[in-house]
Amino acid sequence: MTIDLPVIWYLLIGFAVAMYVMMDGFSLGVGILFPFIRGDENRDVMMNTVAPVWDGNQTWMILGGAGLYGAFPLAYSVILPAMYLPLILMLLALIFRGIAFEFRFKSNRSRKWFDLAFSGGAMVATFSQGVVLGGIINGLSVSERAYQGGTFDWFSPFALFTGVALMAGYALLGAGWLIMKTEGDLQNRFYQLARPLTLLLVASMIVISVWTPLSNGRIAERWFTFPNIAWFAPVPILVALLSWSIWNGVTHSHERRLFFKVLGLFFLGLSGLVISFFPLIIPPDITLWDAASARASQSFLIVGYVILVPIVLIYTAYSYYVFRGKVRAGEGYH
Amino acid sequence: MLGFEALDLARFQFAFTVSFHILFPAFSIGLASYLMVLEGLWLKTGNEIYHNLYRFWVRIFAVVFGLGVVSGVVMAYEFGTNWSGFAERAGDITGVLLTYEVLTAFFMEAGFLGIMLFGEGRVSKRLHFSATCLVAVGTLISMTWILMSNSWMQTPAGYEVIDGRFEPASWLEIMFNPSFPYRIVHMGLAAFISVGFVVGGVGAYHLLRNRHDQAARKMFSMAMWAILVALPVQIIAGDMHGLNTLEHQPAKVAAMEGHWENEPDQKGMPLVLFALPSMDDAANHFELKVPYASSLILTHTLEGKIQGLKDWPRDEWPDVPLVFWSFRVMVGLGMLMLGMGVVGLFLRWRGRLYEARWFQRIALFTTPVGFIALLAGWITTEAGRQPWVVYGMLRTEDAVSTHSVASMLTTLIGFMVVYAIIFGIGIYYMLRLIRSEPMNMVPSGGPGHERQPKRPMSAADGSFEDQN
Repeated sequence: MTIDLPVIWYLLIGFAVAMYVMMDGFSLGVGILFPFIRGDENRDVMMNTVAPVWDGNQTWMILGGAGLYGAFPLAYSVILPAMYLPLILMLLALIFRGIAFEFRFKSNRSRKWFDLAFSGGAMVATFSQGVVLGGIINGLSVSERAYQGGTFDWFSPFALFTGVALMAGYALLGAGWLIMKTEGDLQNRFYQLARPLTLLLVASMIVISVWTPLSNGRIAERWFTFPNIAWFAPVPILVALLSWSIWNGVTHSHERRLFFKVLGLFFLGLSGLVISFFPLIIPPDITLWDAASARASQSFLIVGYVILVPIVLIYTAYSYYVFRGKVRAGEGYH
Repeated sequence: MLGFEALDLARFQFAFTVSFHILFPAFSIGLASYLMVLEGLWLKTGNEIYHNLYRFWVRIFAVVFGLGVVSGVVMAYEFGTNWSGFAERAGDITGVLLTYEVLTAFFMEAGFLGIMLFGEGRVSKRLHFSATCLVAVGTLISMTWILMSNSWMQTPAGYEVIDGRFEPASWLEIMFNPSFPYRIVHMGLAAFISVGFVVGGVGAYHLLRNRHDQAARKMFSMAMWAILVALPVQIIAGDMHGLNTLEHQPAKVAAMEGHWENEPDQKGMPLVLFALPSMDDAANHFELKVPYASSLILTHTLEGKIQGLKDWPRDEWPDVPLVFWSFRVMVGLGMLMLGMGVVGLFLRWRGRLYEARWFQRIALFTTPVGFIALLAGWITTEAGRQPWVVYGMLRTEDAVSTHSVASMLTTLIGFMVVYAIIFGIGIYYMLRLIRSEPMNMVPSGGPGHERQPKRPMSAADGSFEDQN
């Protein structure tokens, strides 16, 4: 039998996107939480927890984008122009977020501007990513292998909702990360924030889970017919269990578990999206096979991917190991 | 609106974002290799001057690399957002090459940059040097993949067209397409030369402040040697690249030369030194010519001729004045840079390299000259291959995404404002780093005593604002 390369590539790109969402998710979450925390010293600590790793985290987004370009050029060339304004906004916001990391610690008088660049950059980038996600879920108008819709097709109540929902999600990831990396009063602030954020995220997930099948018969059929419902039931059940466990765990001092539980929630959310849409890569009707590049392209690229990505994961793990442990006030890297 | 079409705005936006971006990778490529040499010499000789110079330049490297990263992310998405017709038809080839760049270079650079910038005193000297080498190699690998992709667009090979899309037929032919070897040598040398002039200019700045500064003398001397060796090689490489272009993209060379038509009774082709080329008249005004010189340069014979632009239909002409003039800027600056190398050698021979203040002032003024030549060269080759995005196969107008003028203008203004801000901050900060004294980089307390930064661009101590 021949290997179904497009399906493998769908999963490999999904992996890169999942890595990005989970890793840059908490970095951006730290920025989203900035307005809730007062005091330069506290904010220094918050930034220092992600400073050594944010650059590597963001590289997964480039891998996701470039991988889509090489393995599914049709998806890349339809989704990117369709999401033109939110994507450009995201890129510009990420520039501000990135340079804030580097220059904030060098500034005295202008520090408040770099706080704004960091926090505002993170919020706008996250909101834009959520809008892009919502816009893709809503579906894009494609004919003759090109995007045919308008400049503002992405603009819909659903996409704005997913934008806000992603902000809540990244903020919760950020809070989980910061609980792990800080201590004392600062850590307590994140414990306090965790419950309302969990509530927001779970409510958003419920709304999206109800909204998509109601507005799309195909998704409803995917989930709510037998035997699919039996196969896919573990996803919502695990979401419920994890949410309950996060809610309860906040009062105890399981300071590492919270972060990994939230990562689990994100993983389940992404799995839910894959279940709803597989094998579509551009809803409502372009499949991953339609969008795949030539077999000679996908097979040439997969060799590099399977050899190099494990090595990349080793560096990444090593760098997290080097910078492990709590970050304390005054022991900045600057 | 304002007489622009969306295509013009898309081209301008790409030209603006890629020109801004290319400065930083070119700077990183040259500087990473220079840092590798400095650290290697320090480990080999134990001479603390090299250690000080490493510390001095690594802080500047951190800023340059950071600006390259943030402006590079934009490029990875712009192929799709703005050039979706190209991405859809050529993604099977160019998307694959870009992904290989991410996998082989970006992650490696990100992985070892931390150790390079902040690992001194935490890891062994040998491991630290390995990290510097890996970052330097990473910048070269990155350049290799992206130039493969660009060269393939200039001189496509190893593909077959199926339903209007380019599909790979031979990866070896795609990767080692006809213009790639020339382009990579020319661009690699350009990056080294650009950094040579930056290092020379900064050395000159410190020599002008204190001519006995040992580190300033060392960097000025190293830069002048590098310039002296690299420029002649670059001129030969450029000549060979030009001949390769003549073979594969003759219309580009005709535009570079301002060569409109072959006059049958004329013996040999003159070299047009100065002219105002007019596309409407298909002729040059105010020409200043050197007889036979173009024949000599392009065919290496006295009477050889090349095709004139009139041999191609009017809608296949590039923007002749732009290509003509950007080429002359590049070549003119190349000659100026060669002159700097020769004068530097002469002064060194006379024992006056560190004394001749007039020469150091010129070196200070010519700090950005390599980058200007590099941009001019890219404008020549990119504007010169118009109207094609994949040469002879896919026209730029068929490659562009269908955005409205209003949205193109909005994003263009967004990019210009944001890039102006970050460029301003970056340059301001780099100038402050350059002003610190290069001989005082290694504190007497020894490694492990100073503060240990861990972020790119934060390798420097202190604030970029006055502490008041």
